[in-house]
Amino acid sequence: MTARRRIFLAAAATLVMLLAAVAAGCGSTKEASTGTAGTTSASSCNKSDLQLVDAGVLTIGTDNPAFPPWFGGTPHKPWQVGDPRSGEGYESAVAYAVARKLGFAKSEVKWIHVPFNNSFAPGPKSFDFDINQVSFDKKRAEIVDFSDSYYDVNQSIVVNKGTPIASARSIADLKPYSLGAQLGTTSYQFIKDTIKPTKQPSVFPSNTGAVQALKNKQIDGLVLDLPTAFYVTAVQVPNGKVLGQFPAEPGGEHFGMVFAKGNSLRACVNQALTKLRSNGTLKQLQQKWLAKATGAPILK
Amino acid sequence: MASEGDRRSDPEVERRSRLLGGFHFHGEGARGVAIALLSTAVFLTVVIVAVTQSAGWPEVKRTFFDWGDISSSFPDIARAFVLNVKIFLVCEVFILVFALVIAVLRSLPGPVFFPLRAFAIVYADLARGVPTILVIALLGFGAPALQLTGVPTSRVFWAGVGLILIYSGYVAEVYRAGIESVHPSQEAAARSLGLSRFQALRRVILPQAIRRVIPPLLNDFIGLQKDTALVAFLGVIDAFNQAQIDSAATFTYGAYLAAAALFVAITIPLARFTDWLIARDRRRRQTAGGFA
Repeated sequence: MTARRRIFLAAAATLVMLLAAVAAGCGSTKEASTGTAGTTSASSCNKSDLQLVDAGVLTIGTDNPAFPPWFGGTPHKPWQVGDPRSGEGYESAVAYAVARKLGFAKSEVKWIHVPFNNSFAPGPKSFDFDINQVSFDKKRAEIVDFSDSYYDVNQSIVVNKGTPIASARSIADLKPYSLGAQLGTTSYQFIKDTIKPTKQPSVFPSNTGAVQALKNKQIDGLVLDLPTAFYVTAVQVPNGKVLGQFPAEPGGEHFGMVFAKGNSLRACVNQALTKLRSNGTLKQLQQKWLAKATGAPILK
Repeated sequence: MASEGDRRSDPEVERRSRLLGGFHFHGEGARGVAIALLSTAVFLTVVIVAVTQSAGWPEVKRTFFDWGDISSSFPDIARAFVLNVKIFLVCEVFILVFALVIAVLRSLPGPVFFPLRAFAIVYADLARGVPTILVIALLGFGAPALQLTGVPTSRVFWAGVGLILIYSGYVAEVYRAGIESVHPSQEAAARSLGLSRFQALRRVILPQAIRRVIPPLLNDFIGLQKDTALVAFLGVIDAFNQAQIDSAATFTYGAYLAAAALFVAITIPLARFTDWLIARDRRRRQTAGGFA
């Protein structure tokens, strides 16, 4: 009996020790992984020195459908609604402008479909950068790297004409209504933290669902970025109107391109963006593609 | 445990039992436990070492297993989980009733009832053939789009209707299996005693049939609990949608684990209970000679 007991105790002790060792191992990887978050300085932004997913090609990701005013043109398969390859629409135009600054011809730019949720999934990225109206956020920047701002964005609200909410004139007026936002946007945070409605807000996995719910009057108002709001009222919800835009939060909100953490390409893209900003290209492109997105009353 | 008393009476056995800290290992038992523990330890070590040594582990650990992310998202997700619980509790009641009606329709005999039988068959085929998320999307966004007065626009309502329609298809098949497992002589005997067809069904066949299919019914109930997360597609904030929101805000997945823990906390006890029922049923059949 004692011999068997010893076997049993030995086995139990082994199990405990192994688990302890594994736990210690888990703990030690933490320090190793936090060290990589530092800035990376690109020694050279020559096209031949860039670390790319596909050599010689700039691979850019965005979601499909590619909605105006961010993407325009006539869609060809596999793209829907807009086509990033057209160079039309603000994000497409900015992406090609950046590509040109990096030395890529239009034919050397490849677009791939990256759903929003995949843009930050761990593991190797399928894109060099992703441009998909992704708002910069400190927490997000711990997981991926963001480029500098290519658009400073304001949130706004779309409602159905002739409904009670359409007469709201301030943020406080919006409180009693059921509001919605699209998943992954900062619009939901804005509803929760700033409007603080009395009814539970809704969050839709896609633009299509959010717009359908607004049309069905299943929600009273849809909060989204201002340029998209104008597209929604112009095309998707004929009876909709942009009730107003919200004042920028302290520090502002901006869209940034998404990179894998530590990707050295980011510094080069930022250089390109700085040039495009200083020579007025970004402003021109905004006037060309987002001009409509200005004249909305400000709700305070 | 029945022999516990006999063993207690023997002071020597009792002393050994105390020495072994409550484990009653006799003969092969201790070796068996030791082997089981060792093989578990080796297996776990191999799995854990393989995972933690992988190239992507630091990144996966940071995005999936950050305790801060999991615990900070938990309260909101738990609050949202109440909606999932409400949905499956309410839907299950309707499913149990509606599916029984479908199953009974399908088991009606004679050519007169052919249309009803055909309806039940087509219904069960369709309900089991169409993906649940499609039905929920079609009903949740489609039915309110009709803008008919009196038709509810509530997305939770339509998601519930979708779940009831889909799960009734599965549950009706479970009921049917139960009904068909009752020997035809049972109905013949009931009829010969003067019971009407309905009375025979109600008093003789269904009580036996339903008792036999309780484990598979609970199985479908577990499935229903998980599928309540599909309501997120309509924008309603349930536990899964809240987890998605937290995940998208931080680009981490700890919130998904918090949501998974909540679902598991209710589905696993039910799964164990189902297994226990099946085991009990088997024991009873063995002792009672095959008839419950």
